[in-house]
Amino acid sequence: MTGVPAQAGDAELDLAGRVVDLVARLAGTAAQAEVTVTRVESALTRFANSAIHQNVASSSVDVRLRVHLAGRTVAGSGNAVTDDGLRALVERVLTAARITPPDPAWPGLTPAAPVATAPEWDAATAHAGPAERAALVRAFVDAAGGLETAGYCRTGHRVAAFANSAGHSAQGQAADAAMDGIARTGDADGSAQQHVDRLADLDGAGLGWRAAAKARAAARPVELPPGRYPVVLEPTAVADLLQNLAWYGFNGRRYAEHQSFAALGVSQFDRAVTLVDDPLAASGLPFDLEGTPSRALTLVDAGTTSAVAHDRRSAAELGVASTGHAWAGGATVGPIPRNLRLSAAGTAGPADATGAFLARGQGVAGPGATATGVAAGGAGGPGGAGPATDARAGAITDPDTAALVSRMERGLLVSDFWYTRVLDPLSLVITGLTRNGLWLVEDGQVTRAVRDLRFTESYPRALAPGAVLELGRHAVRLPDRTDGGWWEAPSLRLASWNFTGGASG
Amino acid sequence: MSEFEVAEAAVQAALDAGARYADVRVMHRRYESMTARNGDVESLTQDESLGLGVRALVGSSWGFHAVPDLAERAARDAGHRAARTAAASALVPGPPVDLVAVTPTTASWTSPCEVDPLGVSLAAKGDLLVAATRTMAEHGADLSEGLYQIWDTAKWFVSSEGHRIDQRIRECGGGISATSVGAGETQRRSWPSYRGQYGTTGWELVDSLEVTAHAGRIAEESRALLTAPLCPTGETDLILGGEQLALQIHESVGHAIELDRILGWEAAFAGTSWLDLAQLGSLRYGSDLMTVTIDPTIPGALGSFGYDDEGSPAVKRDAVREGRWVGVLAGRDSAAVAGLDHGGSVRADGWARLPMVRMTNVGLEPGPHTLEEIIDATDDGVLMDVNRSWSIDDKRLNFQFGCEIGWEIRNGRRGRMLRNPTYTGIGPLFWRSMDMLSSETVPWGTPNCGKGQPGQIGHTGHPAAPARFRNVRVGVHA
Repeated sequence: MTGVPAQAGDAELDLAGRVVDLVARLAGTAAQAEVTVTRVESALTRFANSAIHQNVASSSVDVRLRVHLAGRTVAGSGNAVTDDGLRALVERVLTAARITPPDPAWPGLTPAAPVATAPEWDAATAHAGPAERAALVRAFVDAAGGLETAGYCRTGHRVAAFANSAGHSAQGQAADAAMDGIARTGDADGSAQQHVDRLADLDGAGLGWRAAAKARAAARPVELPPGRYPVVLEPTAVADLLQNLAWYGFNGRRYAEHQSFAALGVSQFDRAVTLVDDPLAASGLPFDLEGTPSRALTLVDAGTTSAVAHDRRSAAELGVASTGHAWAGGATVGPIPRNLRLSAAGTAGPADATGAFLARGQGVAGPGATATGVAAGGAGGPGGAGPATDARAGAITDPDTAALVSRMERGLLVSDFWYTRVLDPLSLVITGLTRNGLWLVEDGQVTRAVRDLRFTESYPRALAPGAVLELGRHAVRLPDRTDGGWWEAPSLRLASWNFTGGASG
Repeated sequence: MSEFEVAEAAVQAALDAGARYADVRVMHRRYESMTARNGDVESLTQDESLGLGVRALVGSSWGFHAVPDLAERAARDAGHRAARTAAASALVPGPPVDLVAVTPTTASWTSPCEVDPLGVSLAAKGDLLVAATRTMAEHGADLSEGLYQIWDTAKWFVSSEGHRIDQRIRECGGGISATSVGAGETQRRSWPSYRGQYGTTGWELVDSLEVTAHAGRIAEESRALLTAPLCPTGETDLILGGEQLALQIHESVGHAIELDRILGWEAAFAGTSWLDLAQLGSLRYGSDLMTVTIDPTIPGALGSFGYDDEGSPAVKRDAVREGRWVGVLAGRDSAAVAGLDHGGSVRADGWARLPMVRMTNVGLEPGPHTLEEIIDATDDGVLMDVNRSWSIDDKRLNFQFGCEIGWEIRNGRRGRMLRNPTYTGIGPLFWRSMDMLSSETVPWGTPNCGKGQPGQIGHTGHPAAPARFRNVRVGVHA
């Protein structure tokens, strides 16, 4: 069953309109008001030690009002949607607006503008129950073949509407689901993730098998000396690059403050790099917190930085238009692209069907690769005859990564990064660690599992012209920690990555 | 219906639906924050949220359901759904769940507050941030920012064992930062720390920070750092200021002693711990100077409360005594698994979140020295202060921290300012190298501790004072 976007959010739109009217009645038509009403149903089934240990669901409603009155601006929110509750919210915000210091940089309200239809949403996902999530967890755990497992399966449904006193309104809804889990041997973990629009597309067994194969391949790691190594980064590791580039580089507020490396029109990245923020490609709402219509925004086009994300305030500061990236955290953090895709080799568009990664991962056929397939009758697949004979082969579970690894003479295969933090925001030097699998590659073959390493690296420099040797052919969509966010990337082969410390310091 | 009566209705509904234990947290939270930038107020936000969350135990499985509605019917439905969710968990069951005993209590508790932070006029609060950011700009900062945040939370806890506890906790704090932009890098200085100092206290805490008095100095320091020499690379004696040591405690002690991590409950996301329960009571964590307590009773510290979010009273306990690991942060269920006799460190980030093991106030007991004595006693080293970046592995062993500012220490004197100071190490080796510790303790507050799925933000306190560590690797650069 698929929802009907044209009917989405009628009740929420009515609520938003009532709040706008109330502001006009209490403060006059000179008061500029914008209102977003969001209802969220979210549920998350969490497992550890191969058992469900936390299983949560919540309903929430949020009425967010921003008022600009006599040169002063105040935002407020509440979750009481009775007449009394809405009136209390409006009165509270108006009272504050009369006494707070002036806001000379107020960018004005979003004018009326057409808003795109939201992507279709899946009602079965929106209304999924705990038994369906538990069944996927069961499949993950069973497919891990006795290894200890941990992770989550979640579903979410958002309905939102926007109205302002400039006559603009919009509405939409979205549903999504995600699974993220690890399998554990005594000394190593392997992970697998998937973000989809439809719960039915989640492959619990495939994910569990993949995590287990990688965990077994990561067992008995050796310690390598720190230093610069060529690397193949799997999509989960690339997602970390995208997240930090988004927060610190393509953030319009940081750009306006000269705290971003971004330089528009400059070839700052390798020609292989094209970055597009595409909120409508999956589980996105068609407008932002200021009502600006969402749209795809190309941030880097074949290596050349072409745009940064703006809300109305950062845009006004630079005399440009908002790109539709206002969000609740924007007042302190700034506008951020949160649906960012690194285009795969030979494409400029999104990944095709959700879940494609696992499907394509069935049967690795990269040149020179020794990896075993995910399923497809391979010996190690769920329902197959058990784990691969050569446990190291499980390090690679998709043909994209296999192809990239096969062309690396000596370097490291990195599954994931962890706890990455910025040392300098302008050069975007970041430190962090590898996690959930690190392997030495020699002559195009995975030869050893390696203990986790710490790195200290400038992300733009690692992706600079000439530094990107190769991209995979298929982008994988991965869940962000926040509702509505995701990252999409193929595997990536880089000339050099600066590892600055080993497991022992 | 009163909040207690609504909560009791939800508990009863969960029991009626098959739960053998249930508890409910009704919470009403008001939040206010203001930011200023370069002499103007940039944002003022006032949020308010009210709802309840029900936790139900069916067999050996937990379920949780939360709703933004205190009507009796909604509360009963939430209780029923929590039990239904718990029943579904049985498809992937774990071992039997026990809860360590807590005496059912009827109690009220209120955090200390001299000046109601929400009662201070917005104009006065805004004027403070405007003045401080304007001063920083006048002293050369390219970007000057100020921030305060206030949380005023009322909560009511009811359990099927008979708890009936209400608490009101007011938290607030703030701070300022100056950033100077150079050729290819930026330098930031903050007071008293980046994004501020916080406590369970009133506006008197913000007043005590005297942000305007420090604005000019930190602006000038941020500009001076652009041309300061780079922190040298190598092994040396490291003196940490109290603010940085607070985060060192948070990351390499506080998280490591969380019992849910030790038991593997956070393995997929936040991670596990290098600590093994078999070594509780015997493991050498640090030097004899290292005594770390878990103390939610400290008046005004950010991690203080009267009762945790499953009804355990606030009690001070040792985590590390004279260098030896002796205690953990626990909840009633995790303590039962570990064979311990107490929980006391379970908290929920609002009505819509499941309570889980969190830090309270985890900090160092004061040492015998002063910062000046530590500097006097150091022939060759680096002093670093005010955190700029933090990263640690998923077992809480391998860390790397960056600070906003460093100084050379030569022959007992503070020398040149150093830019981009960083240090790295392994937790227990680092703590065993601590040979001097100051008595100048401050209960630093950390209002942004992330943990759990769905994500929860915890407010934690960390009493800390300057300390010296021997032979630490410093100056890690890209």
